Amino acid sequence: MITARLLSGRMTVWDVAFLLLLLALAMLVPLLNLVPEAGSGFHLSAYMVSVLGKYLCYALLALAIDLVWGYCGILSLGHGAFFALGGYAMGMHLMRNIDGRGVYGHPVLPDFMVFLNWEELPWYWSGFDMFGYALLMVVLAPGALAFLLGWFAFRSRVTGVYLSIVTQAMTFALMLAFFQNDLGFGGSDGLTDFRDLFGVSLSSDGMRSALFAASAIVLALAYLCCRLIVSSKLGRVLVGVRDAEARLRFLGYRAERFKLAIWTFSAMLAGLAGALYVPQVGIINPGEFAPAKSIEAVIWVAVGGRGYLVGGPIGAVVVNAFKTFFTGNFAEYWLFFLGGLFLFVTLFLPQGIFGWLRQRLVGSREERS
Amino acid sequence: MVARSDPRRPPRILEASHLFLLLLSLLGGTAMAAAPEEGFDAERLQQLGERNLRVVEQAVADIAASGAPESLEVLLALRDGRLYRRQHDDVIVVANRVDGVMLYSDPLLGTLGEPLADDEVTVIRVSNRIRRALSAAIASLSLGSDDAAVRFAAARQFIDSPDRDLLEAIEEALAVEEVARVRQALEVARAATIASDPGQPDDARMEAVERLAEAGTSRARRVLLSMFAEENSALDLRRDEAVAVIDRNLARWQRAQDLWYGLSLGSVLLLAALGLAITFGVMGVINMAHGEMIMIGAYTTFVVQGVLRGISPALAEVSLLIALPVAFLVAGAIGVLIERTVIRRLYSRPLETLLATWGISLILQQTVRTLFGASNQRVETPSWLSGSFELGQLMITYNRLAILIFALVVLAAVILLLTRTSLGLHIRAVTQNRKMAESMGIRSDRVDMLTFGLGSGIAGIAGVALSQIANVSPNLGQNYIIDSFMVIVFGGVGNLFGTLVGAMTLGVTTQLVEPALGAVAAKVLILVFIIIFIQFRPRGLFPQRGRAAE
Repeated sequence: MITARLLSGRMTVWDVAFLLLLLALAMLVPLLNLVPEAGSGFHLSAYMVSVLGKYLCYALLALAIDLVWGYCGILSLGHGAFFALGGYAMGMHLMRNIDGRGVYGHPVLPDFMVFLNWEELPWYWSGFDMFGYALLMVVLAPGALAFLLGWFAFRSRVTGVYLSIVTQAMTFALMLAFFQNDLGFGGSDGLTDFRDLFGVSLSSDGMRSALFAASAIVLALAYLCCRLIVSSKLGRVLVGVRDAEARLRFLGYRAERFKLAIWTFSAMLAGLAGALYVPQVGIINPGEFAPAKSIEAVIWVAVGGRGYLVGGPIGAVVVNAFKTFFTGNFAEYWLFFLGGLFLFVTLFLPQGIFGWLRQRLVGSREERS
Repeated sequence: MVARSDPRRPPRILEASHLFLLLLSLLGGTAMAAAPEEGFDAERLQQLGERNLRVVEQAVADIAASGAPESLEVLLALRDGRLYRRQHDDVIVVANRVDGVMLYSDPLLGTLGEPLADDEVTVIRVSNRIRRALSAAIASLSLGSDDAAVRFAAARQFIDSPDRDLLEAIEEALAVEEVARVRQALEVARAATIASDPGQPDDARMEAVERLAEAGTSRARRVLLSMFAEENSALDLRRDEAVAVIDRNLARWQRAQDLWYGLSLGSVLLLAALGLAITFGVMGVINMAHGEMIMIGAYTTFVVQGVLRGISPALAEVSLLIALPVAFLVAGAIGVLIERTVIRRLYSRPLETLLATWGISLILQQTVRTLFGASNQRVETPSWLSGSFELGQLMITYNRLAILIFALVVLAAVILLLTRTSLGLHIRAVTQNRKMAESMGIRSDRVDMLTFGLGSGIAGIAGVALSQIANVSPNLGQNYIIDSFMVIVFGGVGNLFGTLVGAMTLGVTTQLVEPALGAVAAKVLILVFIIIFIQFRPRGLFPQRGRAAE
């Protein structure tokens, strides 16, 4: 009841629709995969469940970017790094779960460490055999990195494109570092050959459905959190930072503190997205740190419509559906399409799909949040 | 003779042929016209394969005395076991290993009518006595050359493979040598010969070790390490000291070499960043497609070279010079097109400009990949840019030196353009105060277009230079874009001098850190350093002051 009161007046019809859609998906997709016989018209293959689950993880990443870009004006070109860090934390847990069933059969060490003639686990790998600890790291690792970077950057008022370039340099540096074998994260191969989670095989239908449902529910909860934040007083301040940071400072607000808080929270969401992503695709490697990945995630938000929360997830799903279609059929034209999308959206559709739709349906009298 | 243990050195067989090639190229022209010389004929050649040692000895002496340009090659071949007898007619042939295959040739006539198989020839073996005679003959032949470069190369050869039978020849040559460089090499050769000959008295060898330490080169170090000395003898201890002295000297040179690599990397960064310094620094436009402009410049070089080679091979030599203006025009034109169609609409929205130009970069990459394929294209290095020279112990390649000079020239040209031409005046005026400039009658939209074209064109000519050292592939630009941004942000936006200092600082620091940490760790460290640096100096090393600063 308290929640209902909290939310009354803060939720729009779009939010309710989006949340209901997610809940429906969380139930329907596993149902369609598990109940109908394989080959029947209603059956959803395990592969499709994983693909849809992947989209939801991307949607969560897009939501995180939309929160800082759309509401706080911070264009991050390095959210892929937070996503990948969360993914690595989850990957480390899955690695520990292999538990002596690797190619070399070592009771503790992952295969790549045996291959490198390592004697024992590095200290930063300890604890990852416990799911709770891994889950903590999934949010803490990206959160700590974001806090550190944001602490320095916002305090010295690195803003606009400078901040974008700094975040891009950050993910680039991490990519180079994670490619190194001696860092202890599997080098260029990354972490893979996962077996099970909670003792259930990752390739089983039940596990895939459960992961999908988990992704949908986490996305819904994260969405709810973001909605609460942006409709609170904090959200108002954030929009103030976005539109006129100097004016807000003159009014006595410590803009950098608000920015730091939302920036760190957004990085944690990205980390969660990565953690949900890894068990569904079965691998995490340094390629996830590539600057191109981060910037691609930004374009999802631009396509969906930034500053609407629901725009990020919409864009992520639409663009990735196109990507799946293109890479399956005419891979060569995918970059043309993606590049064109960047141009088209920035030039002709600055409000994104959702902004455009909303304007057509609601009319332009309503201001955007 | 001292056994060579250093695996990095190519086998002697190659060295000897290099020496010969050098000889040919240096002496060839004049000496060959006078052939055949007295004493270098088929009969003497035949005698080299005789069993009677005295006959062979005499033939070696005669051939050496003939002064024929080919004589040195024959004698070297005999010493190195590359002289063969063709089984069916006893003709003497010289073998050269080329790419792992033995090629046989007639020393008098040149190439043989048909290639020989390895089982059609027998090698001519030499006794120790002949070997000594040969060494002396070879030494006097090369040391007696009129060309200082040949004598120098010979002296070096003697340092690398000291031979006590040559001591006399070296000393004779030393007595008459006048060129300082050759004299020095001969002195080291003499020291090397004495030091590695256990038959010499100990004090003479001590002195020689001293001399080798003075020389301070890695060559002298190799001699010291391979010379025989009784363990813990005074000589042995002195030798260890000498090696330590040389090691310290070499370490100093190594640092100088790292510094050179650093300046070279800095000049590459400078070239890559210059165009960006104009579009980002002067106009404030984030151009993520900047790297692709460099890539287009490199591909333009590739195409220009292909076309010119089709017309005439001689033109291919100067293709880089022709590619420079072409690349400037091609990249500049694409830049103007981008400015007119995209960037113009986004001037008030820098973050959107970033995304749009990223889209452009994807399209350009894929276009090039579709047209030329995803693999690396080979851009030839013209002969005037290949090779290297030594400055003390420094190894400097011509193409790196050329890029360093070129980068500075381009920087100077850009500065001159901005400060001494009316276009430069307009650009600066629009940068500082657009409205005011417009009211003075400057067409700011035209200036924007030209500035962007200029920045892109400079990226294009950077691509011409980088085609000499980087892989020309569709991803070429991606490798430089982040580095370029780092240089600009580090040096200070809107300040070309800052760009120079930024590029050189980053280049030198990277190369100085690299030996200790490895290439990747060094790069990561530099990136982290810049990220932290920006926190403390958000406007770079040389921030803009006054009203131009925001």
